[in-house]
Amino acid sequence: MHEMSLCEGIRRVVDQAAAAPEIQRVTRVRLEIGRFAGVEKPALEFAWEVVMRGSKAEGAALEMIDLPGRALCYDCMETVEIAHRLDPCPTCGGGKLMPDGGDEMRIKDMEVI
Amino acid sequence: MCTVCGCSGSTVDGHSHDHGAGHTHDHAHGHAHGHGHHHHHHDHHHHHGAHGDIHFGTGAAGVAVGNMSQERLIEIETGILSENDRYAAANRARLARQGVFAVNLVSSPGSGKTTLLCATIRAMGGDVAVIEGDQQTSNDADRIRETGAPAVQINTGKGCHLDGHMVGHALDHLHLHDEATLFIENVGNLVCPAAFDLGEDAKVAILSVTEGEDKPLKYPDMFTAARIALLNKVDLAPHCDVDLDLYEANLRRVNPTIEVIRVSARTGEGLDQWIGWLRSEALAKRRAQATE
Repeated sequence: MHEMSLCEGIRRVVDQAAAAPEIQRVTRVRLEIGRFAGVEKPALEFAWEVVMRGSKAEGAALEMIDLPGRALCYDCMETVEIAHRLDPCPTCGGGKLMPDGGDEMRIKDMEVI
Repeated sequence: MCTVCGCSGSTVDGHSHDHGAGHTHDHAHGHAHGHGHHHHHHDHHHHHGAHGDIHFGTGAAGVAVGNMSQERLIEIETGILSENDRYAAANRARLARQGVFAVNLVSSPGSGKTTLLCATIRAMGGDVAVIEGDQQTSNDADRIRETGAPAVQINTGKGCHLDGHMVGHALDHLHLHDEATLFIENVGNLVCPAAFDLGEDAKVAILSVTEGEDKPLKYPDMFTAARIALLNKVDLAPHCDVDLDLYEANLRRVNPTIEVIRVSARTGEGLDQWIGWLRSEALAKRRAQATE
């Protein structure tokens, strides 16, 4: 969706976390991205290269960890794990599911030198 | 300099700041500025727009960096949108102090948001204010002002959505009365605005009967994020072979708790129910606050 602005958000956090003068460079940043977060990974990777230029994280590896999509099924009232947003409930086959996790977009950690 | 974020950049409320040489930004987004105040630190050429429009959109640029030795891990555990969420929380607190009920109107371009909003304002009367978001032009804010309601236009430039920061600046320029209703008309886009909290009380999704019954299935995130959906242009339904019940079924498939109201800005159908919803939600908010 708005991968460029997401990267800009990441850059602000990374710049702050890497502000200490003893940190020369950020070599890797790990993100946790939920299945329903709507993040297009190739677009994020592309934006990453562009947005990180000129920061300590220029050229840093970007690693994305997938988090599962969870939803509450309004037919059987159970919380289930689904791979795609419009999948039916794996327990009862119901079609009315409200996402209940899987929209995470977090910066987990980073490696610096 | 800007009071909220300390930024020094771009355009606000009719002032477009053309930065001369020697002044650069490393802001990813552009920023709005307080009106004639806080302009001390730099040489700006101000371009004054006709109405209080706010323009956003500057880019980042850069150079190269250095070398390596041994690596270490720094835990961060921060949401990517945490900065936006902070601005949104500040907006929410500010609106709550004034007892203002705020809705964030989201839809595709062309769903009839502005027309519906004008009809709503005329039918509601009373204290309302509008923040208009578009990539370019102040056409929509101009249309709103014709109803007599105050409106601030935010131009996002390249941006595909409003964010909490932009709305905070727009609030600086709106003279909101206590207990007013604030409509924030987001950029017409069914994707990105879903993820950006602006500090509103509810997202209201508007879709028109000409868009296709499967729209909620194609763009589920937005309809999941919305508390209520307005199915607009229902006066056209007899002319375009649509199944309104299927629209509603698809909305409930992606969001089992969503409320749906069928409306027509043209005929006024459903406006009473929509305005009734706004009033009862606003009342509920103020009651909840009074008991806190």
